[in-house]
Amino acid sequence: MIANYGYKDGSGEYYISIDTDKCIGCTADRACLTACPKQMFEIITDDYDDEVAWIKKPNCRTLAYDCADCKPSGGYTSLPCMTACTPGAIKHSW
Amino acid sequence: MITAGIDMGSRSIKVVLLEELKVDGAPQLKYGVKKAYIMMPGDLDQDVAADKAYNEALAEAGLKREDVKAVFATGAGRKQVAFSAEGITEMTAGAKGANFMFPMARTVVDVGAEEGRGMKTDAEGKAIDFAGNEKCAAGAGSFAEAMSRALQMTLKEFGDASLKSDKSIPMNAQCTVFAESEVVSLIHSSTPKNDIAKAVLDAVASRVCAMVRRVGIDGEVVLIGGMVHNAGFVQSLKTAMGVDAVSLPDMPEYISALGCALIAAERQH
Repeated sequence: MIANYGYKDGSGEYYISIDTDKCIGCTADRACLTACPKQMFEIITDDYDDEVAWIKKPNCRTLAYDCADCKPSGGYTSLPCMTACTPGAIKHSW
Repeated sequence: MITAGIDMGSRSIKVVLLEELKVDGAPQLKYGVKKAYIMMPGDLDQDVAADKAYNEALAEAGLKREDVKAVFATGAGRKQVAFSAEGITEMTAGAKGANFMFPMARTVVDVGAEEGRGMKTDAEGKAIDFAGNEKCAAGAGSFAEAMSRALQMTLKEFGDASLKSDKSIPMNAQCTVFAESEVVSLIHSSTPKNDIAKAVLDAVASRVCAMVRRVGIDGEVVLIGGMVHNAGFVQSLKTAMGVDAVSLPDMPEYISALGCALIAAERQH
């Protein structure tokens, strides 16, 4: 399942997509949990009893601000969460 | 076997009691809805309201708690249903319920009181892709309700009025509060109510459509949730999505509760 967490507002579309099929049986030792400076990721058991990552609810409403430090203007050339997720389950829409 | 699905929505609580019939075959033959019940919680705490709604649904169906094999809950307040065996996300429950009503459905749009979401499903009714708007209610029913109040119309009148307009007035505000001030400006500029109603519903449809496009529009499109009752919104959504037809279930507000009851039934086998 592709789970899109986030929102669209007047300033743009801010979604983090997690491909749960790649997330199940993570081969990166759940590196997203520690890679995100804001610790937005959390492991939950989904409706199909699989352990997958999702974005914590409060962060889903503030992604544009929470992720700003990791975008190029914040000095990063690649996003820490996407780099850490070697299975390639995490994508940003912006 | 009887199972129950409880949808703890932000505005109302829906209970579906599902009966497994002694017929083999497709789920549509195998299961029948014994009772669908809706309750507005008013000032009650969510846990108390869930208990009350469930008891009233059982009483109307002539059942006791021990007659029900499993209770599953969904919706924003699902964690408040202390007596439920499991909580199911709105995406999974909505996709399952929509697939039961329309087996060919592959795109499900759920627009309730405070949230809207788009889902892509597979042939078994499993959500395979979803997107919502976690930030505000401007793409949901409460927004339309607030705007209808500003126009001193009922929601039904509001939806019907929008169908009488063929004008497209853009509403730029992304927030309900600012959008209301746009509506007030339109009223002051003597814009006909029909045109304002259409502008509001077009704006809601546009926001919902943006979410659906994120997952992609594919196959039969089904709209579920309370906004199905708003004919003006349905028309606006069809236009925004560029589709000729959108399938509408008879009891759209119960579909997530139905999906929840179906999942509860399937997990008993």
